[in-house]
Amino acid sequence: MNLAYRDIRHNLGRFLLTCVGLGLLLGVVLAMIGIYRGLVVDALTIARAPAIDLWVVEANTRGPFAEASRIPGDIRESIARIAGVSAAGSITYQTVETEHMGDKLRLYVIGYEPTRPGGPPQIVQGRAIARSHHELVADAATGLVPGDRIRLGRTVFTVVGLTRHQVNSGGDPAVYATLADAQKLQFDLSPPAARVQQARGAGEASRDTVNAVVARLHPNASPDAVAETVRRWKHLAAITQEAQELILTRSLVDRARRQIGLFTSLLLVVSAVIIALIIYTMTMEKLKQIATLKLIGAPDRTIIGMIVQQALALGFIGFAIGATLIVNIKDYFPRRVVLEPDNVVILGSIVFAVCLLSSGLGVRAALKVDPATALGG
Amino acid sequence: MAAAADRIPLVRLRGVSKHFGEGETRVDALREVSLDVFPGQVVALLGPSGSGKTTLLNVIGCIIDPAAGSMELDGEKVLADGRWLRTDLRRLRLDKIGFIFQFHNLIPFLDATDNVALVLQLAGADAAAARRRAVELLDYLEVGHRRASMPAKLSGGEAQRVAIARALANRPRIILADEPTAALDSKRAGIVMDLLRKVAIEHDAAIIAVTHDEKIFDRFDRIFNLRDGRLEDDAAAGDRPAPGGGMAVA
Repeated sequence: MNLAYRDIRHNLGRFLLTCVGLGLLLGVVLAMIGIYRGLVVDALTIARAPAIDLWVVEANTRGPFAEASRIPGDIRESIARIAGVSAAGSITYQTVETEHMGDKLRLYVIGYEPTRPGGPPQIVQGRAIARSHHELVADAATGLVPGDRIRLGRTVFTVVGLTRHQVNSGGDPAVYATLADAQKLQFDLSPPAARVQQARGAGEASRDTVNAVVARLHPNASPDAVAETVRRWKHLAAITQEAQELILTRSLVDRARRQIGLFTSLLLVVSAVIIALIIYTMTMEKLKQIATLKLIGAPDRTIIGMIVQQALALGFIGFAIGATLIVNIKDYFPRRVVLEPDNVVILGSIVFAVCLLSSGLGVRAALKVDPATALGG
Repeated sequence: MAAAADRIPLVRLRGVSKHFGEGETRVDALREVSLDVFPGQVVALLGPSGSGKTTLLNVIGCIIDPAAGSMELDGEKVLADGRWLRTDLRRLRLDKIGFIFQFHNLIPFLDATDNVALVLQLAGADAAAARRRAVELLDYLEVGHRRASMPAKLSGGEAQRVAIARALANRPRIILADEPTAALDSKRAGIVMDLLRKVAIEHDAAIIAVTHDEKIFDRFDRIFNLRDGRLEDDAAAGDRPAPGGGMAVA
């Protein structure tokens, strides 16, 4: 006879309500883990999108994400000629704010050369940029669809395709434009500003400036060796993809990552305390029954089994409710929530361990119950 | 009493003492209590609060450790010189002793049948056999029609009958009852006591009950008074010959 199951069945409504409460709490923990992972993934997404091996940026900088970087556009050709480089492309990044259908839209504009590395990783709807001007590929999170027209700076662009999951570390969705359009957007002054510059006698600055040159290497080429060559002979900074990702996670999002990580840890501790309290309270409510069970001869393993099984059932059902909830609503979060199977397994294991430890409190209380208390009313 | 002398008592206590606390706070709950209870007897333990009734019941039930004395239960010596001779006292209780409580103490999340079947399964019976025997016992105690009811749905008398069925489940020959009729009206109290007498006779069992309930005194074969931890044979309660052959304060 399974006493844990019988007790749960007898108080099913209350038990399920407790599970739902615990599930919501564990759902929040899972959401925080997902947000934490999403922050890291978002930070790396743009850097990983071009699928390249080397970032060439302004000397003595750790650009183009952690620090500002500007280099002449013609550097691309000299990088492409270095031994070990199979392809190179110039690239620009900037954030712009515009309006679409009456709503403010913050966009991360990436300028690239359509025949070279640096473009969107995949087109999920529509097509890639085919014309040299006034076409955009937008991330689906922008809300834009192929055929939409949107003004950026002084130019109206047409959305021709959609990509997915391309956002910068701040969560702004990306749009891809040709390098020429992106440079125009970056450097063209508004007419009043241009007149002011002209009045000051300032000459027109060269527009052929990019934030970085990205390079794809031959399979047998060493990124470190090529990076060293660039540093020594081109007087530029060269960062391998691995180093770039490290810069992004350690510098760019490190504080936010640690903040969320700490908060998640606190939530886990709070969850553990709450689970322990629930199980302890469930046990304390049954002390008279436990005393009776002991008095009529039930061995300790029967009583321990009842408490531990209930604790595990509570944790399992609560966790299942929380995980189901978050998996179903994670796409409605304003920023990406990334839940990998390993996150779910690890949190599940933690909840399992917490339930076991928490039931220890209840078991301790139950084992201390004097069977004599069953007598005497 | 000649018949009693020939029979082996189901409960035999010799010089059992128990105290709580030490020094100035020491309370002698039992002072060298000696007692024989024979098969078929229904005996009452009376006494004011703090006289040691429940302590004596706890000692006989192998629930608390006495300080001194010896005890035999159903022919087995279980206590000598204040030390238990068995380590598995819970198993001893499961096999030899049935308990009946003031407020029935049925497990609230088990129906009447499972409350009875539980003790059988704890003793090792398989589920089907345990349920069969539980149903038999409930029928025997005339609560078979409530076999699927949860304790909260049972009347006080029905719940106490289910509790008696649970106490009888493993065929113990010693039944300890703590105020078994305190929560019942006089009619139901009488019915429960008649049932206990029937059980004592038909199962050749000894029933020891702590009670304050004067309206049921006439249902006991023997009444003991406990005063300040000492056991006195209550002559005023009458010295009715016990159905099982009598008893004695040794």
